[in-house]
Amino acid sequence: MDFKLKIWRQDNPQSKGKMVDYEVKKISPDTSFLEMLDQLNETLILRGENPISFDYDCREGICGQCCLFINGRAHGPIEHTSTCQLHMRSFREGETIHVEPFRAGPFPVKKDLKIDRQALDKIIASGGYISVNNGQAPEANQTLIDSDTIEQAFDAASCIGCGACVASCKNGSAALFTAAKISHLFQLPQGKIEHKKRIKNMVETMDQLGFGACSNTGACEVECPQGISISHIALMNREFWK
Amino acid sequence: MYYTTDTATTPNAKIPEGDLKDKWSNFKDKTRLISPNNRHQYKILVVGTGLSGASAAASLAELGYNVSTFCFQDSPRRAHSVAAQGGVNAMKNYKNDGDSVYRMFYDTLKGGDFRAREANVYRLAECSSHLIDQAVAQGVPFAREYSGYLANRSFGGVQVSRTFYARGQTGQQLLLGAYQAMMRQVHLGRIKSFTRHEMLDLVTENGVAKGIIVRNMDNGEISRHAAHAVVLATGGFGKIYYLSTLAMGCNGSAIWRAHKKGAWTSCPSWTQIHPTCLPQAGNYQSKLTLMSESLRNDGRIWVPQTKNENRKAIEIPEEDRDYYLERKYPSYGNLAPRDIASRAAKERIDAGHGVGPLKNAVYLDFKDAIATQGKDIISKKYGNLFNMYEKITGINAYQQPMMISPAAHFSMGGLWVDYELSTNIPGLYAIGEANFSDHGANRLGANSLLQACIDGYYILPQTLPQYLAQQGKATPPESSSEAFMNAENQVRSQLEELSGINGSKTVDHFHRELGKILYDKCGLSRSAKGLTEAIESIRVLRKSFFQELKIPQVLQGINEELEKAGRVADYLEIGELMCIDALSREESCGAHFREEHQTPDGEAKRNDSDFSYISCWKKNEDTPVLIKEPLQFEFTKPTERSYK
Ligand SMILES: Cc1cc2nc3c(=O)[nH]c(=O)nc-3n(C[C@H](O)[C@H](O)[C@H](O)COP(=O)(O)OP(=O)(O)OC[C@H]3O[C@@H](n4cnc5c(N)ncnc54)[C@H](O)[C@@H]3O)c2cc1C
Ligand code: SF4
Ligand code: FES
Repeated sequence: MDFKLKIWRQDNPQSKGKMVDYEVKKISPDTSFLEMLDQLNETLILRGENPISFDYDCREGICGQCCLFINGRAHGPIEHTSTCQLHMRSFREGETIHVEPFRAGPFPVKKDLKIDRQALDKIIASGGYISVNNGQAPEANQTLIDSDTIEQAFDAASCIGCGACVASCKNGSAALFTAAKISHLFQLPQGKIEHKKRIKNMVETMDQLGFGACSNTGACEVECPQGISISHIALMNREFWK
Repeated sequence: MYYTTDTATTPNAKIPEGDLKDKWSNFKDKTRLISPNNRHQYKILVVGTGLSGASAAASLAELGYNVSTFCFQDSPRRAHSVAAQGGVNAMKNYKNDGDSVYRMFYDTLKGGDFRAREANVYRLAECSSHLIDQAVAQGVPFAREYSGYLANRSFGGVQVSRTFYARGQTGQQLLLGAYQAMMRQVHLGRIKSFTRHEMLDLVTENGVAKGIIVRNMDNGEISRHAAHAVVLATGGFGKIYYLSTLAMGCNGSAIWRAHKKGAWTSCPSWTQIHPTCLPQAGNYQSKLTLMSESLRNDGRIWVPQTKNENRKAIEIPEEDRDYYLERKYPSYGNLAPRDIASRAAKERIDAGHGVGPLKNAVYLDFKDAIATQGKDIISKKYGNLFNMYEKITGINAYQQPMMISPAAHFSMGGLWVDYELSTNIPGLYAIGEANFSDHGANRLGANSLLQACIDGYYILPQTLPQYLAQQGKATPPESSSEAFMNAENQVRSQLEELSGINGSKTVDHFHRELGKILYDKCGLSRSAKGLTEAIESIRVLRKSFFQELKIPQVLQGINEELEKAGRVADYLEIGELMCIDALSREESCGAHFREEHQTPDGEAKRNDSDFSYISCWKKNEDTPVLIKEPLQFEFTKPTERSYK
């Protein structure tokens, strides 16, 4: 397959970026999107040009490092799929594909398509845990947890920290990311004790870091590669005002 | 000769006295401690924030030590532990199916083909049950029965159910638990976390580890970090095969650079090639995705009876299918250990029974499981794996069998460590997949998340303080010495050298070539002839790397090609040592299968009288030196490892 690409190029955080045109040819439909970019980069390097910087690591949809905004959507056209799991068979022959970084105030661009997402770690550091030291834990089967509760907590816990929810929100809100952690821990009996403090600290940190407010548009849930539901945001809001 | 042997040195594994059951307690009873008030004066660097690094960093910080962590990803939560799917083993005997610490120890030792230390393996089994308690307390949502009790499943190479799992995302959930514990300490100011920082050298003074040199991958800055102890938790180097189940950034550089500073490398050729991965589909491919081994609980593996079969899988009737694992290994069947399952697949594929467009795969079929248990149950157990399979291949595995193929997955080898997880360089520790550890010549499924956690949560926090206590009063670590300056200069000149070659081939080109050589000659099956050829080809490839490499000549700022070039330069050296290690071991054991040493029916033939040792490779000018750590079996008797 052949494609035309319009890709965001930016040398460093300070410089002004722009969209640059590229073409790739004879790409197999089973190539992943990132492997298509790898091939483009090989040609750029051999031509003596600077290759395009983009993020990835596991390339199997779980580390959350990949983060491209493709044709106006976080992680591209397929719902609930991270960029690295996207394949060229999902595009039309000859299509022009726009590739940009995830954009949000708290996610400055580092270079080309690479962004800084340390803000998400800061939200977790402010309270996204159960404060148990190594060695304190009681026997695991002492507290029974019914399997439905575990499944619901798991739905929230499966967040990969990619930031697609932020990038797809017109307000740049990190509500889905934050709510996912709050909800994961709140639903488990062992996470209930610190719940009040956790929610207060995490929500405040999120605001301080410059993430916008949630206005319930639901755009995040559509793009979330893990399919995390905005019902967790409702839970967070309800609990925050309690 | 590719190596020399040093028979005068015998490594001291520092195994505590006493009966197998008492060794770890004996160690703990006698270890020297540091008073809580003094702990903050000791600085510890933890390189790597996977399960082993994050758990060690959190635990040490909870104790009060002053910790810095380093990782190359943009967040500690993205370390490759995150990708582990299937589960983590622990001896709880919740199933009442006859499990015990001894049985878990024995399964692991036997699974590793009696090429690991009894004392280490026993401790792994002994500490395993606490891990589940700790993880549950952190909020790890392990699968539960309807009754609310924790659920278990079976993994390859054992006959009990001792694997705990969190859907197909066990590694992710365990890692998030450890990451959150670590971030809590970051918040409390006891850990300083350096993300996007790659360790490029170890600094030693008078043979003692004093710190590291790192490069900030965002701006190219090189900096020195001095400490009282350095812990390498940098994971496995299976990515050396280019196509592997590892993440793109996984590397052997941190441990290799420590090796070059004097740390011994043990059994580097023992690589686990995992039987259930997605087959290679084309040349452009950058990785092979693992399908969790847990699928073998309910999936049946087969190939067509006839060679070059052209019918679709669902059109092939039962009588034309060869369920070769069930046929050859009736008592373990589809749950035969990984090395055996992979070799059996390769044998069938090489014999012309492979399936798929490139005839490089075998079937993994859920037809019978769906018929007996129903689609809902299967979907509950493996739903996300089936989804992942469909996302990548476009095939619905509820309707047709999956196609799977072996791929490089796990490094049993790594830095040599003693019972206390210390390398032979005082002050340098290695934990998790980075050490050669407890898995012997073949790791059992779900034992490696366990080992990473046990090393980090339970062992290192008990053993490392002993070293610090021996140093006496803590003096603030200094990074202005000549050793630091030299190491920094060396790092700078290596980066300049790599970016200055200005040839005509990309880094990936060299990496792919190296991968092909290793898959071919130092993979599932090895021979003296093949290994010698491989060593020669790798030398040629290395030479051409330093003449023909082309990367952007940018030292400041982000330059992924420069990062990759440094790693591949190391891989080209590690690859050679892997081949030498495999060549030196004239026996077959676990994942190491030497064609010259097999039984008449093609099974591995071990040689305990000559090779019951751990190889410890010491860096020397040109030819590496082999030192042997003999393995003593005081409490078990190595038997032939049969799964028939
Ligand atoms: C796909 C897959 C599935 C698996 N499934 C299972 C399973 O189901 N059960 C099981 O028990 N095991 C499984 N394993 C194995 C297990 O996941 C790993 O062995 C284990 O997680 C390794 O943990 P670690 O802490 O040693 O290393 P990792 O988690 O790999 O962490 C390495 C860390 O080191 C850092 N690092 C590396 N090099 C440098 C450097 N030069 N400078 C700075 N930082 C560096 C990285 O940034 C990272 O933080 C699986 C492995 C893979 C690849
Ligand atoms: S909630 Fe979804 S979109 Fe947001 S960071 Fe988590 S996985 Fe990514
Ligand atoms: S690269 Fe890890 S989720 Fe995409």
